Amino acid sequence: MTDKKLADWWTESHTSLYENLGGEAAVNAAVDIFYRKVLADARINRFFEGVDMEKQASKQKAFLTMAFGGPHHYTGMDMRRGHAHLVQQGLNDSHFDAVMENLGATMKELNVSDELIAQAAAIAESTRNDVLGR
Amino acid sequence: MPNIKYGQETYPLGEGRSVLDCLLEHGAPVPFSCQSGVCQTCMMRAVAGTPPADSQQCLKDTLKAQNYFLACICHPTADIEAALPHAAQSPILATVMALEPLNGEIMHVALECHAPLDYRPGQFINLFRDATLGRSYSLASVPRHDAYLHLHVRRLPQGKLSGWIHEELRPGQTVEIRGPSGDCFYVPGQPEQEIVLIGTGSGLAPLYGILRDALSQGHSGPIRLFHGSRSRAGLYLTGELRGLAQKHSNFDYLPCVSGEEPRVGVAAGRVHEVAFREVPDFKNRRVFLCGHPEMVSAAKKRAFLNGAAMQDIYADPFNASP
Repeated sequence: MTDKKLADWWTESHTSLYENLGGEAAVNAAVDIFYRKVLADARINRFFEGVDMEKQASKQKAFLTMAFGGPHHYTGMDMRRGHAHLVQQGLNDSHFDAVMENLGATMKELNVSDELIAQAAAIAESTRNDVLGR
Repeated sequence: MPNIKYGQETYPLGEGRSVLDCLLEHGAPVPFSCQSGVCQTCMMRAVAGTPPADSQQCLKDTLKAQNYFLACICHPTADIEAALPHAAQSPILATVMALEPLNGEIMHVALECHAPLDYRPGQFINLFRDATLGRSYSLASVPRHDAYLHLHVRRLPQGKLSGWIHEELRPGQTVEIRGPSGDCFYVPGQPEQEIVLIGTGSGLAPLYGILRDALSQGHSGPIRLFHGSRSRAGLYLTGELRGLAQKHSNFDYLPCVSGEEPRVGVAAGRVHEVAFREVPDFKNRRVFLCGHPEMVSAAKKRAFLNGAAMQDIYADPFNASP
């Protein structure tokens, strides 16, 4: 595939994922459930201490929008910059795994099919190296 | 073609462009990030004109009510004057009408504005002693019922504003105020929803405004107020609140003291701990948290973890500076 075709394929497959999941309404339904899981998760909640909850929730929403194949303008560089201070505090693969687990559990709770969960997980997974600054 | 006014400048909005595109193209310094209507970094306020409803998606009701919008997804069809959320407001003069102690450390201040002030109970104003020295005080008054603005000013140790208000300010004097600001207030709609109000000290001021606003707008769901202080002497407006509870069967008031033996009708313990004991499940509840920053932050997290939607939690931490 040429680069152009590859880009089109990404856009098309992601757009259909976002539509299949239910678009913005799905993100809205997921964000509180997901954020609640993250805050209650003793493995990772220290990274969320002392941060304004509203700002934090809107970041979670942006993350879910991206994972659900929705419109976003985040680049790998944004991911690196946004998490650099957490990497300094020891953010590593085990924490990323915990977030992935919470993402899957959130979607399961919303009765999303395993196939769509796998697609969203693949998108989230693609940010791992940038988030962990590698 | 609609025009976008920002500061002193007016820019024509190009075909298919958002308000954010338009302002950035003209070099206006507006913060932004996701450009998809998600992150809320580019939130602005329409000070004239009405933002389209889809540019307010997922904003809190209290922000929608004040014409906030997300610039990156705002495609207005009519002129709009946009401002950043914290753009300076012009000062208003007000005359002090009354100063009455509510308890040993909190003063009730009534102000008559020289020009009408459009505010919602629970918002705050900044009150100035001179051009550079001002502090924020929440509004306990309800515009439909109270002729004056009501503030509850707690005297802080070495408080530059609160000490001046308690010691030197006299009825008849004129002061300068700015505002209103803040998004901690009652919005009509869902009148059957349960409302939980939790406050410490003079955090009762916004809650007293919000409570009376909700009751007077016909809120029919249960409203529960928990007001905390270290000692019984720190509680105030207890008679008024008990009176309201007698008059409105859907309103319930529980004062709490954390550092003293309680008496009949007063609960023992920290106010948010009492509240979470009394209200174990926060699902579908609207929550207002005002006062001590640590209480507000702890209660916010706990209300959310206990099921309250983020959109339904309104918080006003009082970050006291002397």
